[in-house]
Amino acid sequence: MEQKENTRDKIYNFIIENYLFGDTDTELKDDESLLAKGIVDSTGILELVLYVEKTFNIKVKDEDMIPDNLDSINQIVRYINDSPHR
Amino acid sequence: MCGIAGIANGANENQISQKTLEEMISILKHRGPDECGIYKDNHAGLGHARLSIIDIKTGAQPMSNEDKSVWITFNGEIFNYPELREDLIKKGHTFKSKSDTEVVIHLYEEHGVECLQYLIGQYAFAIWDKYKKEMFLARDRLGIRPLYFTNFSGSLYFASEIKAIFTACDISREIDPKALNQIFTFWHPVSPRTAFTNIYELPPGNYLTYKNNEITIKQYWDLHYQNDMMDCSFAEASEILQEKLLESLKLQLRADVQIGYYLSGGLDSASVVALSQKLGSSNIKTFSVAFEDDEYDESSYQKILVDTLGTEHKEIRCSYEDISANFPEVIWHTEKPILRTAPAPLFLLSKLVRENNIKVVMSGDGADEVLGGYDIFKETKILEFWGKRPDSKCRPLLLKKLYPFLPAYQSQSKEYREAFFKKALDGSSDRFVSHRARWDMISKVKLLFSERIKSVINGESPEMDLSNMTPREFSNWKPINRAQYLELKYLLPEYILSSQGDRVAMAHAVECRFPFLDHRVVEFCARIPLHYKIKGLNEKYILKRLMKEYLPKKIVKRAKKPYLAPDSRSFFSNNKVPEYIYESLSEKNIKKYDYFKYKSVSHLVNKCMNKGVVGFKDNMAMVGILSTQILHKHFCDEFPRSGNVINNINVMR
Repeated sequence: MEQKENTRDKIYNFIIENYLFGDTDTELKDDESLLAKGIVDSTGILELVLYVEKTFNIKVKDEDMIPDNLDSINQIVRYINDSPHR
Repeated sequence: MCGIAGIANGANENQISQKTLEEMISILKHRGPDECGIYKDNHAGLGHARLSIIDIKTGAQPMSNEDKSVWITFNGEIFNYPELREDLIKKGHTFKSKSDTEVVIHLYEEHGVECLQYLIGQYAFAIWDKYKKEMFLARDRLGIRPLYFTNFSGSLYFASEIKAIFTACDISREIDPKALNQIFTFWHPVSPRTAFTNIYELPPGNYLTYKNNEITIKQYWDLHYQNDMMDCSFAEASEILQEKLLESLKLQLRADVQIGYYLSGGLDSASVVALSQKLGSSNIKTFSVAFEDDEYDESSYQKILVDTLGTEHKEIRCSYEDISANFPEVIWHTEKPILRTAPAPLFLLSKLVRENNIKVVMSGDGADEVLGGYDIFKETKILEFWGKRPDSKCRPLLLKKLYPFLPAYQSQSKEYREAFFKKALDGSSDRFVSHRARWDMISKVKLLFSERIKSVINGESPEMDLSNMTPREFSNWKPINRAQYLELKYLLPEYILSSQGDRVAMAHAVECRFPFLDHRVVEFCARIPLHYKIKGLNEKYILKRLMKEYLPKKIVKRAKKPYLAPDSRSFFSNNKVPEYIYESLSEKNIKKYDYFKYKSVSHLVNKCMNKGVVGFKDNMAMVGILSTQILHKHFCDEFPRSGNVINNINVMR
């Protein structure tokens, strides 16, 4: 459980720092769509993938790079936890 | 090509100061180093810094009519001046020079403000009508030449560049938060707004009259699209386009000095060279920007063209250091924050042109706006096509064809691309649907605004000015025509022709000419069927077909690559980061100027310095913050820069 919290916080902080210039005023719920909120744009997803690969030591396969896996904090955490490569 | 400035007293009884006029023109000397002149009477004064191109001997300005009741200060070119001159002579006007400027005076005498209808060219000028006590300012249809003004303390002040107005009066020098809101959405303020509070730009295709301390602004030209396009075959359209382009070039080749050519490696500038050769131009000199960074470098294409067209070629090889070292000087000239570094290499290119004793260069700019070259037009086309069958699995696959020059766009998954653009499908009632994704993305940078800026903006949409300026029928046009209008009427004059055009070229007294922007070419291209311009997703199709007999296949078939330069990489990739960058982004100065939140700026600087993945938004934010800070320093903090007043100014009587 503690580990899950940790992953969530890391992802949350990465999103705030990387996409929102460290702006914590923007309300960001764990189940909110990053695309719909305009946080991740048409090219921004690569930054997230690189971060996830490096930080959690997993390989995000091309076919996994879809909004169903990575479009909200909850989805990203789930994807990392479910990843067989950990 | 020149710098112009002036003052007219409306409610101010004071004498116009000669010294003020001299100072105004001295600060514009980079635009016209050949000679300077002023004229003044009890109510008005005009100043002129001249770059002599036509009628070098007798074209000194300000210039008057026969009885000295009408005076003009003129910047730019009237390309059809010999024809106009001939007509005016037939009507009894006598000329004392062979210049295009004098033609405007007599045309004004003949037609008043309606004289604008007869002009083909790129110009900004002021006419002082002594008897009417009226100042008349006008700017060309597409906004190639600049003109700014303000009404301060009962007088009208105007000039080619804002710095001359700041020199002349005690108006407060403040960056306008509402302009920042627009710049960090569209890349430019929406004219007549400028980056500075209380300083205005005369919008392209408009004229201004000033009498009894009242300013009246009227539009004399606009671009209109119709959903029913001209009924003509492709072959006919192609033939007419060729005729119009050749006619435009024929007029633009008029000069009493040698003309050079910019060569980017793309289709448009190459077309200008090839068509000039068709008209008989020889010994052509071409100039290019090459980059040390391969991602931006196009010199292999430039070489193909130089070899094929047989031009005498010169290039600058631009490094990160070149961009960062010249950036502050570039901002002195752009007079507005910029979100990309692309003007900096062009600033260096104009220097190279000038060092080769060339005063005039032809540019291919404008072709992408006029003939549908940019990916944003294809994006709009795909979204419209997909929007008709939103459930289609095949239609969104076309999105992969967009932005082939952006690795980050290409390497993302199809699902992400679709999900991103799907948002736009739901917004088909949005009058700015074509630009929504782009503007939304740029707008994210505003998260960095300080509380002060946010509170002035107070949630106001940056689109208000734009909505007020677009024609009434705009909403009824097809999305792609709306997209073309927005590009041609706003991004082109406010950013491309300004920050990447006039300002960085005139910094070294080089005049750019744009054969694709003859208004007759622009109007014609607005009427031809869209699929002649973009066939399927093949951009500028009609131009490619036209040029394939003159240019190498590799150039004609090349996918459009917009001109880009390395952004934040230019500032932080060097071993030695220039001192001004630390100073501009220091906690002290960020907090003192109070445009941005220091915490966020420092986050961004760390990201850029650590050379991690720096995305689009980060690049725009970095360049935008740095340029705003430098702009403030140049114009609000340390103005005026030390500079000498020119001492050999001709006083016209």
